[in-house]
Amino acid sequence: MSFIVVQAITGLASAASLFLIAVGLSIVFGVTRVVNFAHGSLYMLGAYLAYSLSTAIGDSFLGYLAAMLAAAIIVGGLGAVMETGLLRRIYRAPELFQLLATFGVVLIVQDLTRLLWGVDDLFAARMPGLDGSVMLLGHAVPAYDFFLIAVAFLVLGGLWLTFHRTRFGVLVRAATEDREMVAALGIDQRWLFTGVFVLGATLAGLGGALQIPRQAASLSMDLNIIVDAFVVVVIGGMGSIIGAFVAAVLISELLAFGVVIFPEITLVLIFLVMAVTLVLKPSGLFGRPEFTTAEDRRNPDPPLRTGGLGRVFWWGIAAVGIVVPMLAGEFTVVVLTEIVILALFAVSLHFLIWGGGLISFGHAAYFGLGAYGSGLAVFHLSLGMAPALLLAPVAGAAGAILFGWFCVRLSGIYMAMLTLAFAQIAWSAAFQWIGFTGGDNGILGVWPSEWAADPLAFYYLAFIVCAAVIWGLRHAVFSPFGYTLRATRDSSLRAASIGIDVTRHRWLAFTLAGAAAGVAGGFFAFAKGSVFPEVLFVSTSVDGLVMVLLGGMQALAGPVLGAIAFTGIETELTRLTELWQLALGLLIVLLVVVLPNGLAGLSALLRRGTP
Amino acid sequence: MQRMRFRNHLAAAAAGLIALTSASVAGAQQDPIRIGEINSYTGPLASFTVPYRNGWQLAVEEVNARGGVLGRSLEVISRDDGAKPADAVKFAEELVRREKVDLLAGTFLSHIGLAVADFAKRSKVLFVASEPLSDAIVWAKGNDYTFRLRPSTYMQAAMLAEEAAKLPARRWATVAPNYEYGQSAVKAFQDVLKALRPDVEFVEQQWPALFKLDAGATVQALAQAKPDAIYNVTFSIDLAKFVREGQLRGLFKDRDVVSLLTGEPEYLDPLKGEAPEGWIVTGYPWQGIDDPAHKAFLDAYTKRFDDYPRAGSIVGYNTILTIAAMLEKAGSTDTDAMVAAMKNLELDTPFGAITYRALDHQSTMGAYVGRTAKVDGKGVMVDFRYADGADYLPDDATVRKLRPAN
Repeated sequence: MSFIVVQAITGLASAASLFLIAVGLSIVFGVTRVVNFAHGSLYMLGAYLAYSLSTAIGDSFLGYLAAMLAAAIIVGGLGAVMETGLLRRIYRAPELFQLLATFGVVLIVQDLTRLLWGVDDLFAARMPGLDGSVMLLGHAVPAYDFFLIAVAFLVLGGLWLTFHRTRFGVLVRAATEDREMVAALGIDQRWLFTGVFVLGATLAGLGGALQIPRQAASLSMDLNIIVDAFVVVVIGGMGSIIGAFVAAVLISELLAFGVVIFPEITLVLIFLVMAVTLVLKPSGLFGRPEFTTAEDRRNPDPPLRTGGLGRVFWWGIAAVGIVVPMLAGEFTVVVLTEIVILALFAVSLHFLIWGGGLISFGHAAYFGLGAYGSGLAVFHLSLGMAPALLLAPVAGAAGAILFGWFCVRLSGIYMAMLTLAFAQIAWSAAFQWIGFTGGDNGILGVWPSEWAADPLAFYYLAFIVCAAVIWGLRHAVFSPFGYTLRATRDSSLRAASIGIDVTRHRWLAFTLAGAAAGVAGGFFAFAKGSVFPEVLFVSTSVDGLVMVLLGGMQALAGPVLGAIAFTGIETELTRLTELWQLALGLLIVLLVVVLPNGLAGLSALLRRGTP
Repeated sequence: MQRMRFRNHLAAAAAGLIALTSASVAGAQQDPIRIGEINSYTGPLASFTVPYRNGWQLAVEEVNARGGVLGRSLEVISRDDGAKPADAVKFAEELVRREKVDLLAGTFLSHIGLAVADFAKRSKVLFVASEPLSDAIVWAKGNDYTFRLRPSTYMQAAMLAEEAAKLPARRWATVAPNYEYGQSAVKAFQDVLKALRPDVEFVEQQWPALFKLDAGATVQALAQAKPDAIYNVTFSIDLAKFVREGQLRGLFKDRDVVSLLTGEPEYLDPLKGEAPEGWIVTGYPWQGIDDPAHKAFLDAYTKRFDDYPRAGSIVGYNTILTIAAMLEKAGSTDTDAMVAAMKNLELDTPFGAITYRALDHQSTMGAYVGRTAKVDGKGVMVDFRYADGADYLPDDATVRKLRPAN
């Protein structure tokens, strides 16, 4: 009995940490609708700054506390810089573009942190005055745990008071509910956003600073925490502080008791909880459903035009793709093969996001299922390359049919997070099911057959098939199905009112995109000779998103451009400098500011001189 | 004037001819042996791979200062795989196809090591896997072109199991990260310990996700099972959390702890004053090793980098020593000759003499086993001894069954 109480308190302390990290993200998203990937980086900076400050002045309880608070404030300042310097310029850009900018910031902060603090893990001293434990029901509980719980309640109370008793708070709540109305009422949105962002950044920094008595500051903190933070925010409901708190408590307690009953559950628990929550309550526990009326007011994209620069691009790319490999060296052919495969992956994702209005953060699931489909066929059934490749789209489509049924019933960020949940569940299944998938040691020996063993031969095979599928998707975009899909994207209510089965069309689009991604995955397996759970992981999904956003949403050529640019640049930069993340991040940020419509917007820029 | 011009031309031609011949002679002498090296220099394990790079850089400089190998200098072309197996394979392709290296070396994470090993098998290129720990690299997924330097998960777990068997503890709890390394480490430890002490039972097993340990809950769950002793496989940031929470909650009071890799400076030093005492660990007690070969290495490393070596440094250093010795034995850079030379290769390292077994391509490099202690507010290893890798491998018949028949 005493164990249960003590474990519950331990869970509550973890919940406190999680709440402090997630609440800032929830507030920022609720108001600005910016998916702030860099929230984890701010958290990491808070931890590193707190480490340095506490080493300098943290000899007493007050000194240590001051160090943590100072770290939080500094991070808040950095948030202001980030918002005014970068995000402000791109609020008018298409929805997900801010995600790309924050992704660039993540890369920059990662390398800057490494430059400033080095590669070693930095473990701060315990907090003076709270460096021991308290006996509770016969168990020793760290005193700092109680401090964390107290701080969490303080922050919760403080935020509640801010949002319900101050003018700023009222404006924040109003903006969360209806941003356009707030602007129409004459409130200067810019300073509201800056204020909210600073608040979110300060909370992130505080969350990081409060961690240092418990864990070492390390360079992997940002990526380790950001997905968990998003999950907590989504389960609780975007923009809801109470929701973030309840979700944090729910998850931490489930984890605390889960490790006793089923220790391996740690890998997948939060995603299971998120999937279940979203299926039962599509806007999270305390979230408000995103008003569908808002999308009706949105101007639909200008109708697709064929011909012009687009035609030049497609024929040009095809020519380059056919001719260049014959002249280039073997390694260039290998890189081109990877580009072709990832271009298909990006095109399939673009088809989903732009064509169907279905944002997916978990598209790697279908890419990975395609790769695993081929890999498992080779490993378990000893199939040749051709039959294994035929299985790839089947595997991708099967996953898309299953997961898609749930996902298309949601909308906006909730759908995105549910797709992520399913992808992470697939990942952890591949990771843990060692007997079948080989676990994290993966499947090896997935090499092309003799006739395609030469890199050039394999390249042409990949090029022909991937180009055919890309052309097929483009054809679908211009087909009646494509137009119907865009109708459901622009206004699902209107589309439904004229008799279009919105859910079914979305489901079909999801499946189509999944099958295409599966084809890419199958080729990826044979290109690398092996399949690892990484192909299903969120990092692969994020790479796909970056390629789509980099290339520009508005043009069908965008994802192809993005794939070429991203792969090419990353390969070259990695060879040139160890600080390639910094270089890539700066490049992305620069691109975002100069070309808010992505690379494909370059043609418009050249023609008219304005983006 | 004509004559002078002719003489000038003749002189110029002669000078040119001399320059050409000396250049070609020098070129033949200076055409370096190219080693393609791939590792994760960015990412969560940079604290291990940066010292590793220092180690191989030092070795390359020393070998070249001695005149190189086979009259040629060594040149290492290094690539960062960013901890992604797909990129590692891509750079392996680049090194082999474009840079035309003579062999591949490196990798750190086990799955990356496996991916590159499979690529090496396919491309028929020699691969000296320096750091990856997975047993599969030389056993379950072993191939003819891949050789591994570092003592494997099995070997180090066996070293600890031998020490654990001497303890009175009967009820054991394990905590290991939930991926192949953790799972193999626990399995090997269980197998070896149970063979030595059939009375031992494992009462609790915790499997935190790698780098996402929920320390409080895990420590509490371990304590709840009331084990006599604990086998810990967590490392890096998980280890730091585990040590602090464990000490705060009294998990280690009156309990023996046996911990894998914790004695390596990369993992022990960040703990600073919080370093646990009395834990039985494998590691690298660089301050205390008496061997003159190691002292020479320590002096050279400290002078070159103004920093003390880490466990990764020794691994990087030994990798180049391996390659140099192998080239001397092979006499050429022909892959088949090099692979044949790697089998039963013997060489001297700062850890003493090591051999690459022809049976499974695993080197007999060992590790130091000892106890942790705190000296001047920092963690060190004391009461240590060198455990020769050769003594901690299963018998030949078992190994033959583990390797694929090829």
